[in-house]
Amino acid sequence: MKFSHELIEKNIGLLGIFTVIAISFGGLVQITPLLFQKDTTKPVEGLIPYTALQIEGRDIYVREGCYNCHSQMIRPLRAETERYGHYSVAGESVWDHPFQWGSKRTGPDLARVGGRYSDKWHEVHLIDPRAVVPQSNMPGFPWLMDNTLDGKLTRKKMEILSNFHPDDNMYSEEEFAGAQKAVEGKTEMEALIAYLQSLGHALK
Amino acid sequence: MIMSNFWSIWITVLTLIVIAGCFFILRKMSQNNTGIKEGESMGHSFDGIEELNNPLPKWWSYMFYITIVFGLIYLAMYPGLGNYKGLFGWTSSNQSVRSMEESKAAVESAKAENRLSQYDREVANADEKYGPIFAAYLATPLEELVKNEEALKVGGRLFLQNCAQCHGSDARGSKGFPNLTDKAWLYGGELADIKTTLMNGRNGMMPPKGGLPIDDSELEGLAEYVVKLSGGEHDATLAAQGQGSFMKGCFACHGMDGTGNKFMGAPNLTDSDWLYGGSRGAIVESIQYGRAGVMPAWKDILGEEKVHVITAYVYSLSNK
Repeated sequence: MKFSHELIEKNIGLLGIFTVIAISFGGLVQITPLLFQKDTTKPVEGLIPYTALQIEGRDIYVREGCYNCHSQMIRPLRAETERYGHYSVAGESVWDHPFQWGSKRTGPDLARVGGRYSDKWHEVHLIDPRAVVPQSNMPGFPWLMDNTLDGKLTRKKMEILSNFHPDDNMYSEEEFAGAQKAVEGKTEMEALIAYLQSLGHALK
Repeated sequence: MIMSNFWSIWITVLTLIVIAGCFFILRKMSQNNTGIKEGESMGHSFDGIEELNNPLPKWWSYMFYITIVFGLIYLAMYPGLGNYKGLFGWTSSNQSVRSMEESKAAVESAKAENRLSQYDREVANADEKYGPIFAAYLATPLEELVKNEEALKVGGRLFLQNCAQCHGSDARGSKGFPNLTDKAWLYGGELADIKTTLMNGRNGMMPPKGGLPIDDSELEGLAEYVVKLSGGEHDATLAAQGQGSFMKGCFACHGMDGTGNKFMGAPNLTDSDWLYGGSRGAIVESIQYGRAGVMPAWKDILGEEKVHVITAYVYSLSNK
């Protein structure tokens, strides 16, 4: 059969294949080179790997959908850096799988929230945001106080995370061995606050 | 962002091939390759609708050509082709910095070579405009600054943005977060005290039961004594027992007379201001489990210039 316009038009499978090829050029140019670049694959100086408790907290952050309303991406605009601190750079997100950049800010950006408020503030605020910020429309998360962690999967999570970065020696043997103990019996609230307090210290 | 030559060439070549490909496909598709005259039937119809051999709409194909030309001009002016920096040498920010020091160094070297990124230019312009204002505020002693209406307004704005989350937009605080509009100050309410608090933060350090050998059975009496200290109605016998417990060591921070110690942030127990509530239950809770309020340090986040202005504002709240 002669290769013609008509052939593609009347064969949905072939059309699909050619469409994928056409689209993939964008990915080849925009995504592939990033996988081989130090800027995007190596952590910035002083980026401390998440501790066992922070990993659990991060999973709670994802579970509760915090990223729906909070970004973790300070753009290089003065209006943002005045409020949140130094703009985010790629090397700060290398240990995030998946990243929590978010795309919408109903609440403020959290990329550098670590150390901004006390642990107690976070606790009061997460149970009932309006207890400290009457104008807030954030929902409360009181159950975080009741749920405790058993830490059964914590070690596995750390292993998976460190497998993404075999050259960085993210965790020592002791840290792996102590993972479950570090989180066992802790409330989800403690874990989430530990995660939040760890954010954004590398460039501050 | 500098990448290796391989990837730079990869991006450049692929991008140009795709643009050229679009151009050639568009040209080919604009020609009549069907062997049928323009405007005549293609030989099939459906539901009485006949497909005619019409060319691509002119407005559409011209738009496509314009897009291609725009793309090429854009790629010549702005960085898009690998390591090519574009005619203007434009960058959005110093995205490849790996620490604060590198970030500052990148701005300095860019300034020296007069090729600031868009973000750094925005900041430099703002510094030029607002820098002298803040520098003048910082050079003004706080005693003077509290009389400067304009500075207080600026301080109020900064307060709303950075402090209201805990202390409230009216600065009246809430349970565990101090009210800044009254005269009760854990760490002192003088201008210098407030500035120290803002710059370096504070860490409350009331351990459970003050770290003293106090039995749970003594808590009720202690709370009663604290109520007595603050001038509330109380049970004299119970309070006397509590006083005994108080003398086990509470006085070390709160003072023999219970008036507190601003160097440790130990609250005055004789007034009627209660950070964690003044009911007997709340007092028992405070003693039993301790309290450790934290004020974060702001000198690294906001810098001394802004802290200076906020200090004046906070002071003005309780010294009208």
